[in-house]
Amino acid sequence: MKRTCALIAAAVLVAGCGGGQTATTEPGDGGSPGKVTLEWWHLSTSDPLKTIWETRAKEFQAANPHVTVKMTVLENEAYKSKLTTLTQSGKAPHVFATWGGGVLKQQIDAGLVKDISADVASELGTFTTAALAAYQFDGKTYALPTDIGMVGFWYNKKHFEKAGVTEPPKTWSGFLDTVKKLKTAGITPIALAGKEKWPGHYYWAYLSMRIAGLQAMHQAGVDHDFTKPEFIEAGRQLKALVDLQPFQRGFLGAGYSTPDGQSASVSNGKAAMELMGQWAPAVQNDSGKGLGKDLGFFPFPEVEGGKGVITEAFGGGGGMAVGADAPKEALDLVKFLTNTENHTKTVEAGGVLPVLKGEESAVKDENLKIVADSLANATGFQLYLDQAYPPAVGSEVNDSVAELIAGAKTPEQAAQDITEVAKSESE
Amino acid sequence: MTTVTRRPEAETLPAGPHRRRRPGRPRNLLTITLFLLPALALFLLLVVAPILVAMYASAFRWNGFGGLPTNFIGFDNFTRLFSSDIFYTDLTNLLLVITATLLIQLPFALGIAMLLHQRIRGRAFYRLVFFAPYVLSEVITGVLFSLILSPENGIANRILGPLGLESEWLSDPDSALWSLFLVMTWKYFGFHMMIYLAGRQNIPNELIEAAKIDGAAGWKVFRYVTLPLLGPTIRISVFLSVIYTIQLFDLVWILTEGGPAHASETLAVTMFTLGFERSQVGYASAISVVMFGLSLIFALGYQRLVMRRDLEGATTAMGGKR
Repeated sequence: MKRTCALIAAAVLVAGCGGGQTATTEPGDGGSPGKVTLEWWHLSTSDPLKTIWETRAKEFQAANPHVTVKMTVLENEAYKSKLTTLTQSGKAPHVFATWGGGVLKQQIDAGLVKDISADVASELGTFTTAALAAYQFDGKTYALPTDIGMVGFWYNKKHFEKAGVTEPPKTWSGFLDTVKKLKTAGITPIALAGKEKWPGHYYWAYLSMRIAGLQAMHQAGVDHDFTKPEFIEAGRQLKALVDLQPFQRGFLGAGYSTPDGQSASVSNGKAAMELMGQWAPAVQNDSGKGLGKDLGFFPFPEVEGGKGVITEAFGGGGGMAVGADAPKEALDLVKFLTNTENHTKTVEAGGVLPVLKGEESAVKDENLKIVADSLANATGFQLYLDQAYPPAVGSEVNDSVAELIAGAKTPEQAAQDITEVAKSESE
Repeated sequence: MTTVTRRPEAETLPAGPHRRRRPGRPRNLLTITLFLLPALALFLLLVVAPILVAMYASAFRWNGFGGLPTNFIGFDNFTRLFSSDIFYTDLTNLLLVITATLLIQLPFALGIAMLLHQRIRGRAFYRLVFFAPYVLSEVITGVLFSLILSPENGIANRILGPLGLESEWLSDPDSALWSLFLVMTWKYFGFHMMIYLAGRQNIPNELIEAAKIDGAAGWKVFRYVTLPLLGPTIRISVFLSVIYTIQLFDLVWILTEGGPAHASETLAVTMFTLGFERSQVGYASAISVVMFGLSLIFALGYQRLVMRRDLEGATTAMGGKR
């Protein structure tokens, strides 16, 4: 507690000092302090974002000659593990990528993340409310968003055409029909990275949202009960999909961005679609040939009789948080990455989606435009379950859904196991 | 025939030197303490302390953040562990892999070692080739085999496909553990082959010749002379294999992450996911304590019951000759 107080005091002090000269430090102004090395951790391993972050780091160094930015770039799962290991040892990188939600909350509670509310007070108004939501707790802000997006189906238009599907399905039964038609046409309908578990949890999460509704998802996070009939029905519908055997051969052992993984299967035209977030096209271009104009996007279909609607989006963004013990330049870097000029450039390059108000027009890519529009018109939003709930609950969702897909658990067992972990975590 | 093996061992047990080695006088004690201190400090800090910390942490509900754990829950973590399905999957997998190692991997290594002890052409080359996988890092091996065993594009299925022997290897819950064992065997049989070769070379040829003169033929020489004299080497290789299997992690993590559906999960993988993915450090510590217990019980029991004579100093070779 003492430590937290000290940190808040320090944060206020830094804010006080920074107030006078604000973000625009002139290149090479003499009054800068001694050399500073900034540890920056992120997980953008594929272009365009990988190169953009490198460029930004160089630009930031050029503008602040006393600063050296040291980047640690890790792939998704490795990033999560390594960051957990570091934070458990009581440290945090100076600047690090976060998804917000339950994981960030845990790090905040441990006193590892800087409360930047006061420092970014003037910038907060430039961000959209949806983009900021995942990083704000009790009215305080702990990170600035760099990206916001949603999960949906990325599909191969040629394959759909060949199977005689003229329009992407809008209902779940229509979706199951599409899967059947694709199979009949001899095309693998869906690519899935079974080894990595998180891509599988998207199906269960979306089905739960569509059947039980957003309110029930939130409620389950509070009363730790995932055994309500609607959640079990979501599991049953997922099982109905799995029973059609829609996935590529050996999907249970497939990775996401590996040479023979989920992304590559779609990218190389071996499978017709994947359920993935807004980064899917970028990763596809990296992992395989890429589909170019043949790539399309449609939102997760509505389930007939369910409480959710098709305009409710599931996803999350990415933000940059500042470690509690970071030098003040860390915050400058975060502001530098998210200021209107730089961020709009990043959006234009197709690396991220708009997080700033009025940035929508900067989206060039046709598909990303659909994603950005769906997001802008979304009537509801649900953060990734493995980020929204505490880490143990999120992992159990991933695990149980993976076992459900592998046929090792029934929908009832999966619901029961998730509930058990959620209950024990809340004790 | 067995008397042939016993006699040299009996002769190498001189009682004298044992007694002389014992530290008798107190001034020696000071010297001993001084020389022991640096190693002892390191041992306490790097081996004993972490074990104690893990034992301490296992009695708490703790997410690993912020100083020391505070929420004491006694043996709850262990109760929870012993009632969890995954723990028993881990134990079953452990027993299956150990059994397969003892019945397949080690005999295979022994067979190859015996072959390569003969004077055959290219002997040095084969020894090198079979030993090479052991030198590779586990991560490289893992990445290599995840490419080879990929169901769609892997070279394994391309070769075996035309023969009708295709498999989904690591992607099928039924074959994942055995595919993993295959990779383990590929990587480790060379190591065991090497120590068997070394053990075989320590056996004086006179004994083999004597057995032949007594009328023993090929298999009988191996069964009654070579094998018993290789005993200590085999016992050590079994010991290393079992301890390695209890701690098995790297290869599994790279190849399958314990999946599909926990089919190839090991105790160490469960510990890792609980500790570093789920932030249940207290619970993960409980598993590590169980792993430590298993290793300790095995190590002590094995050394006491099986390796006793080896540890007392009896070796294969005749003492006077070395």
